[in-house]
Amino acid sequence: MHSMREIPTMPPTRNYELDLAHIRTQFPILCREVYGNSLVYLDNAASMQKPLKVIKAISDCYSNYYSNIHRGVHLLSTLSTAAYERARKIVQLFINASSMQEIIFTSGTTESINLVASSLGGSTVKAGDEVVITGMEHHSNIVPWQVLCERTGAVLRVVPFNYRGELIIHEYERLLESGRVKLVAFVHTSNALGTINPVKILVEIAHARDIPVLVDGAQAIAHSAVDVRELDCDFYAFSGHKIYGPSGVGVLYGKRALLEAMPPYQVGGDMIKIVTFEKTQYAELPNKFEAGTPNIAGVIGLGVALEWLQNIGIEIIKAHEQTLLEYTTDQLSRVPGLNILGTACEKAPLVAFTMKGIHPHDIGTILDREGIAIRAGHQCAQPTMERYGVPAMARVSFAIYNRHEEIDALVKTLFKIKELFK
Amino acid sequence: MNDLRDLYQEVILDHNKRPRNFRIISQPTHKADGINPLCGDQVSVYLDIREGVIKDIAFQGAGCAISSASASLMTELLKGKDVNEVEYLFNSFHSVVTTDCDCPKGLGKLSVLAGIRDYPSRIKCATLAWHAMRAALERS
Repeated sequence: MHSMREIPTMPPTRNYELDLAHIRTQFPILCREVYGNSLVYLDNAASMQKPLKVIKAISDCYSNYYSNIHRGVHLLSTLSTAAYERARKIVQLFINASSMQEIIFTSGTTESINLVASSLGGSTVKAGDEVVITGMEHHSNIVPWQVLCERTGAVLRVVPFNYRGELIIHEYERLLESGRVKLVAFVHTSNALGTINPVKILVEIAHARDIPVLVDGAQAIAHSAVDVRELDCDFYAFSGHKIYGPSGVGVLYGKRALLEAMPPYQVGGDMIKIVTFEKTQYAELPNKFEAGTPNIAGVIGLGVALEWLQNIGIEIIKAHEQTLLEYTTDQLSRVPGLNILGTACEKAPLVAFTMKGIHPHDIGTILDREGIAIRAGHQCAQPTMERYGVPAMARVSFAIYNRHEEIDALVKTLFKIKELFK
Repeated sequence: MNDLRDLYQEVILDHNKRPRNFRIISQPTHKADGINPLCGDQVSVYLDIREGVIKDIAFQGAGCAISSASASLMTELLKGKDVNEVEYLFNSFHSVVTTDCDCPKGLGKLSVLAGIRDYPSRIKCATLAWHAMRAALERS
């Protein structure tokens, strides 16, 4: 074991242009220390840190032009409305939606999924129908469907996955053959295993049977290009805080025809055309689904985050993060007793693992004292934990600002943990 | 790494590796489960109480070193104790892991868990089995 530790590690060679030092200076939080050590932030799948540009945009909104949107006659409201709708345009272009009307701002992925489950699910799913999800979903893409099924008497069907963490496609096809499936919802990238699912193929299979598809894109959106028209999914949900933007804001993309046919999710102000006590006429898209005053500064911040990311280029980000993923997988394999969970061919930049005889919480606590922030626990995906027969996992996950030196620090501390628990 | 030794002391590492009374009591007079929804840790505590005395106490479950050691140490401490003492010991343990108080008497080896007070996110791990034990007593 000791000799293995002495093997000098070679930093991965880069075949892409990236000024990492410059990128890191744009994240003020990366300068801070944690218990006297430089912060090593490897919990990006839980939430990403924010570049100064986003922080400033939010501050600028509140400092200089903030007001409520879509209703004021005064200058500030006009400015806020313009900035808010500009963000919608940025999102539309970012995911290549056909129109701004297809971009609904929500509080996050969870609300986006709840919106579809409640509105489309509530109006089309009946007793005896079926909703199909996969075994590797985050709780936020399980519970809304479970509740829908309980409410309507429908049945929830689950697509299994193999030990590597890849969906078993023929099982998926078999489930869809029942003729009773009204909706399919699955994760683009698993938050617990890192698996990138073959969205386009899965959508095609569902569409061949006229079944609409929702894709939970929370873990995918920041790591590779997402083109909703190319994927042809009917709904795509993601959160701002997992793509360098603020928390409390997210997006639901939906195909126009479906969104138009769907009843409102929440009702109240800002989503109506005419209200009398006899009858209310709802506003057009996208306002129909944005009842109440939204997270105005958050939406503006999200728009700036997407612009910031585009400025670097998603392909560069992907190249860098995949290099980190490869390096991490190699380095972690050197730690005796460490087991990586989720070894799909196509993986997002995250690695979940367990260590023999050491609970992930203890790993997390000890790494934290060295300044290394990771996720330890059930990853909000308890059925996935059950699949592997573990109560919890440790997970490291990357963003553009991570460096291979940080992975060295991680591995070094993991060896120390082995020593402590031997 | 040094301050971690304050938390992960030998006693804790030992009880984590070889938890005492880690078994099921087949016909317990009292039983309850504890779940920490944050991490999914689970513990079941079994008690056999006769004439007001804890004749036997055991636990089962999956958890981190802190929760396993705490459960193990708790069973060692409580075995043979009068049930009337339990509330006092529960409160003593609770204040040891949550406040800066000096260790109250009667906790024995459990005082090694005092270091957890510097790790607020881990206090629930240390108290999980204790809460399950108290729930078991209240349920009867």
